[in-house]
Amino acid sequence: MKHRVPRRRPFFLAFLLPSLLAAGLFLAALGDVLQYSFRTFIPGSLDVGGFTLENFLRIGRPIYLSVLLDTVTISVLTALFTLLLSYPVAYALVRARRDWVRTLLIILAITPLFTGEIVRTYAWILVLGSNGFVNSLLKDAGLITAPLSLLYTRFGVTVALVQFSMPVMIILLATAISHVDRNCERAAANLGAPPLMVFWRVTLPLTMPGVISGTIVIFAWTMSAFSTPQLIGGGKVLMISNLVYLQGLSTFNFPFAAVLSLLALLVAMGSLGLIRPAIRRLERRVALH
Amino acid sequence: MSPRLAARLGSGLFWAAVALILAYMTIPALVVLMTSLSPSELLEFPPSGLSLKWYARAVSYPDFQAAFANGLIVTAFASTCALAVGSAFAYLIDRYVFPGRAALEAVLSSPLIVPHFTTGFGFLLLGAGLGIGRSYLLVILAHVMLVLPFVIRSVYVSLRNLDPHLERAAANLGASPWRVLSRVTLPLLLPGMAGGWLVAAILSLTEFTASLYVTAERTQTLPVAMYTYIREYTDPTIAAIAALLILGTTALIFVANRYLGLRRILSIDAH
Repeated sequence: MKHRVPRRRPFFLAFLLPSLLAAGLFLAALGDVLQYSFRTFIPGSLDVGGFTLENFLRIGRPIYLSVLLDTVTISVLTALFTLLLSYPVAYALVRARRDWVRTLLIILAITPLFTGEIVRTYAWILVLGSNGFVNSLLKDAGLITAPLSLLYTRFGVTVALVQFSMPVMIILLATAISHVDRNCERAAANLGAPPLMVFWRVTLPLTMPGVISGTIVIFAWTMSAFSTPQLIGGGKVLMISNLVYLQGLSTFNFPFAAVLSLLALLVAMGSLGLIRPAIRRLERRVALH
Repeated sequence: MSPRLAARLGSGLFWAAVALILAYMTIPALVVLMTSLSPSELLEFPPSGLSLKWYARAVSYPDFQAAFANGLIVTAFASTCALAVGSAFAYLIDRYVFPGRAALEAVLSSPLIVPHFTTGFGFLLLGAGLGIGRSYLLVILAHVMLVLPFVIRSVYVSLRNLDPHLERAAANLGASPWRVLSRVTLPLLLPGMAGGWLVAAILSLTEFTASLYVTAERTQTLPVAMYTYIREYTDPTIAAIAALLILGTTALIFVANRYLGLRRILSIDAH
């Protein structure tokens, strides 16, 4: 039997083919969306007509522009409030002295991430509904006589979205805080800075890359949220995802649904694409100090 | 006020704020548990008694049974396929440089960035184009893509931490590449692969948005069935299912923390 020279790259082709197939499939799916976005909608039919740019022009109508504006507003507010509420928890998670406190904090902070969006959204319906937890509590306390309308409002949608986004933000911030060199903080404290000043002038600036990337990630994530605005917004609060669903699976206007999903994709990719340059600029500034 | 008193006051305020924020994060889950045990059909706080009837109704409701079975089928195939494809790809990017590597990596991790409704809509159109409709096959393909980035990441990290001397020693002692892979590399990668598979399975079981697009009534998964139910009924049956899912995941997280150390995995231990 002839000795075979061992190949330089064992398994290369066998391992590459499935990945190529998967990538091809995904690109084909996105390619279909792109292709449909240029086709003419034929009302009452799932088939589409010839090529047109009309679907893109349709975004400019006031009703659709106001949905886009709402989507961006809700996403920005969600990202900011998520940041504000997550930072203290992340800080406590890293700096708590007792081990069991850290363990408890991480379990409480992370569990909501894995229960799935339907469970989390349903939980907020129970909390915010007109016979729900918050209204019952306020009524029993004698603070209100008629239930507050929290469901089907932008406020309710944002409150739920912030809670969904917090686990991810807490993980990102905790990683950033745990990498802060505590000697910098000790040096500032030794030089007489009170604790709040140490935090404001040392800890916070050193965790800024985590703060910025976390905020952008949550913004992009919220832009593509669907079940929360769908169920808690209940048709009264529309985000771009709900419009895609309405156009795609209720009106069967596949071409316009395709345009809207492409738009959402571009915003998500564009905002996440900002992360690296923003952080590089920031790191240069921190290094200059 | 003395500085020491001020510091203690500040730390007290800080921990009070943390406790309030954690209450905000946790109360929805507690309200679900409370509602699931309530005997009344209407929402009431506090519940007027204790009852397990919604649990009995939830597990005997035919739509949920069928949807749960569908979900298990889809998850089993999707996370296993993703494990095979993802492990092979993680091996490639760990070992080889080849033209188009960065592009391929970008495409395979992009399901993290692409909104799930865009992915779901794309696969819906693709299914119509390929003539497979909203079949199990289409749902499985969509789920494979959605969980693939997590599997790749998990296996890649294990590969990075693998001691290359072990493989080299086996090869020097005359083991064929296949033998090295199956007797040395693969066993050492098993923990990373198991972790990747588990994350993939959880994500696939609970995935909703893309599934709404690619499933039909016959192939719908549990989250889709729950969504349909929430839109039609207001009784606490969903609370019972949600409570089971919350308790299940919490138990899983406890176990993961006990045996794997969540803080180490997430690299958030203080230095």
